[in-house]
Amino acid sequence: MVWLWNNLGLVLGLAAEHARLSAIPILVGFAASIPLGWVASRFAWLRGLLLTVFGIVFTIPSLALFVVMPLLLGTRILDDLNVIVALSLYAIAMMLRGAIDGFGSVSPDVLQSATAVGFAAASRFWTVQLPLAGPVLLANLRVVSVSTVSLLSVAALIGKGGLGYLFTNGYQRAFPEEIVIGIVFTLLIAAVFDIVLVLLGRLLLPWSRRAGRAA
Amino acid sequence: MIEFRSVSKRFPDGTLAVDDFSLQIPARQVTVLVGSSGSGKTTLLRMINRMVDPTSGTIEIDGHDIAGVEPVRLRRSIGYVMQNSGLLPHRRVIDNIATVPRLTGVPRPVAHQRARELMDTVGLDRSLAERYPGQLSGGQQQRVGVARGLAVDPNILLMDEPFGAVDPIVRSDLQQEVLRLQRELAKTIVFVTHDIDEAFLLGDRVVILESGGHIVQQGTPEEILAAPVNDFVASFIGSDRGKRRLIASERRGRGDDRVLIDAGGYPVGVISAPGGKLASGSASPRSRSISNKTDQAGDA
Amino acid sequence: MNFFADAFAYILDPAHWAGDPGIAQRIADHLLYTGLSVGIAILIAVPLGLLIGHTGRGRSFVIGLTSAARALPTFGFLLFIVLLAGLGLAPLIAVLVVLAVPPLLAGVYAGIEAVDRQPVDAARALGMSEWQILGRVEIPLGLPLMLGGLRSATLQVIATATVAGYVAQGGLGRYLIEGLARRDYTLAVVGAVLVAALALAIDGLLAVAQKLVQPRGVSRGRARPASTRERRSSRVPAIIRTPTTEGNL
Repeated sequence: MVWLWNNLGLVLGLAAEHARLSAIPILVGFAASIPLGWVASRFAWLRGLLLTVFGIVFTIPSLALFVVMPLLLGTRILDDLNVIVALSLYAIAMMLRGAIDGFGSVSPDVLQSATAVGFAAASRFWTVQLPLAGPVLLANLRVVSVSTVSLLSVAALIGKGGLGYLFTNGYQRAFPEEIVIGIVFTLLIAAVFDIVLVLLGRLLLPWSRRAGRAA
Repeated sequence: MIEFRSVSKRFPDGTLAVDDFSLQIPARQVTVLVGSSGSGKTTLLRMINRMVDPTSGTIEIDGHDIAGVEPVRLRRSIGYVMQNSGLLPHRRVIDNIATVPRLTGVPRPVAHQRARELMDTVGLDRSLAERYPGQLSGGQQQRVGVARGLAVDPNILLMDEPFGAVDPIVRSDLQQEVLRLQRELAKTIVFVTHDIDEAFLLGDRVVILESGGHIVQQGTPEEILAAPVNDFVASFIGSDRGKRRLIASERRGRGDDRVLIDAGGYPVGVISAPGGKLASGSASPRSRSISNKTDQAGDA
Repeated sequence: MNFFADAFAYILDPAHWAGDPGIAQRIADHLLYTGLSVGIAILIAVPLGLLIGHTGRGRSFVIGLTSAARALPTFGFLLFIVLLAGLGLAPLIAVLVVLAVPPLLAGVYAGIEAVDRQPVDAARALGMSEWQILGRVEIPLGLPLMLGGLRSATLQVIATATVAGYVAQGGLGRYLIEGLARRDYTLAVVGAVLVAALALAIDGLLAVAQKLVQPRGVSRGRARPASTRERRSSRVPAIIRTPTTEGNL
């Protein structure tokens, strides 16, 4: 614990970087999976294709993807972009299934009645489909959030792992406490993200609370 | 004969589904337990094959307390038909029907042969034997369910709202099948439904239940129709809406026929001339007795 | 793209396959780590998952365990354990087992839980014993989802075994670690390509297996017909039902 107080600046700095490097992929993953998931839930052939492609991406171990990303993007290895793109791809892969399920969970009867009432396709999407798919999307987003925060630490091996630095550093110095602190702070960030998502859910999806717990 | 003696059932969450229920169910007849949701009828049915065990009281089958019988053995000797058939989706129709015989060690060819015979009995085309339940219509699935319940030729057949999930035309067909089967096989059938018309059609004895398994009235359909014991029963069978009181209207049909309406003014059928003869010239049907009841289904 | 070409040249050179450590050796190591830990995890998770799924008790434990496992940074956990327990096969396998159990458990549980209650109830009413219900109804109908859990667990282990190259002597991760340490980028890409190929191959095999165990007469993704009366427990969240959303390393 003494070590922590002495190095608080370092740890907090790493935590901030960790939060930044994981938040962006989470948001990108969410944002990209919405249109992809919506389209995939409508067209069966596209759904198969997307799931296969992203399934392949998801299967590749993250270290391999981190290493190869600079080649694909043309960046230098220490660029933030490598990690962000790689984690975003994973996030999309994880969210896609959830987005498809989410849009699929909206009852066709509700959609039809919305059309009958007079909603045009676009406004029907924003005011009916998206909110009703919301609870499933949120539940999956929480999973993606936790996983991404955890996954980032692997990137310490290419020098961009946020709090993961404490893992490699602690190991090299045979200092387990440092590793533990790294784990704890990673969990804290994951917890904070989760709380934010839950609160957002309560704010934007008030009806889903009464419908029962999703998890 | 099945006998309930002061049977009660309180579930772990506190609900008292059945409160001090006693009833004698005669052998070789159709006894219908009828009531709305929460009346405990399904719970009572499931106590007979020990899917549910009472918290107090005893249930005896032919004089033996079933609490002393090992449940798995008991269930293999009692037929059970449920709503939505509950067929095993990953087994073919013929394997579904042969489930219990196979469990009791009957060799497969023998069990399959019996299954095919049962398909004839319940009116299923034998070509469906190799299909999977998912490929059958609702009515066909229910017939498979009935065949499965009959597979070990049990004395007792339990039927839990078996026709609730099919459409009215199919339901009517299946009801007639039950009547025909009972005429042929004379099993002890305990039938649960919330549909009073179904109860009157199929039941030799009808037991009307209120919440907690309280018996409000029991008797033959004629007894209940003739004399509903209180307002609840009257309302349940539709007497209060005039449904059961029939009047010959002014409108005439063929010959001496008059259109029959109920007290609410809704047309119900056609009544023959007061001479009491059917158009075919035969005398009016025998009054209903237990063994003759099913013969009426064949009459005009 | 030069690095890719060099990497493929490296891989295609037979000289690099033989020897210790060569490509063949490292693949064998990786398969050993994976097979051993997944095998042990199966012994732990399958009986437990069957029990929880069949009786319906302990589902919140499964959900809690899965969530906790997902949140734990596996890399940090691995390094921590190795620091305490030393380098060697046993600590490594132990860590991999601990990481493989939650997704496997979730998959087995979800597989049983997703089976329609009606055929199960009917089977019981017909006179099947609890073991017979488990073996003849719940497991056959739940097998596809269970294999999904196996896929997820295997992926997790392959990925962690890769990263374990930081502390272990064997496995394909060594190419990546050594390549990064020596700034030999080609070597790192070799590792990346090999481990990606291995992961895809094994996952592909398991995917085929998942299709094969789909029981006939039941359409994919539906262990239940349209009507869903009489559900014993509330829906399992999609996250657990489709274990492929487990984070992998």
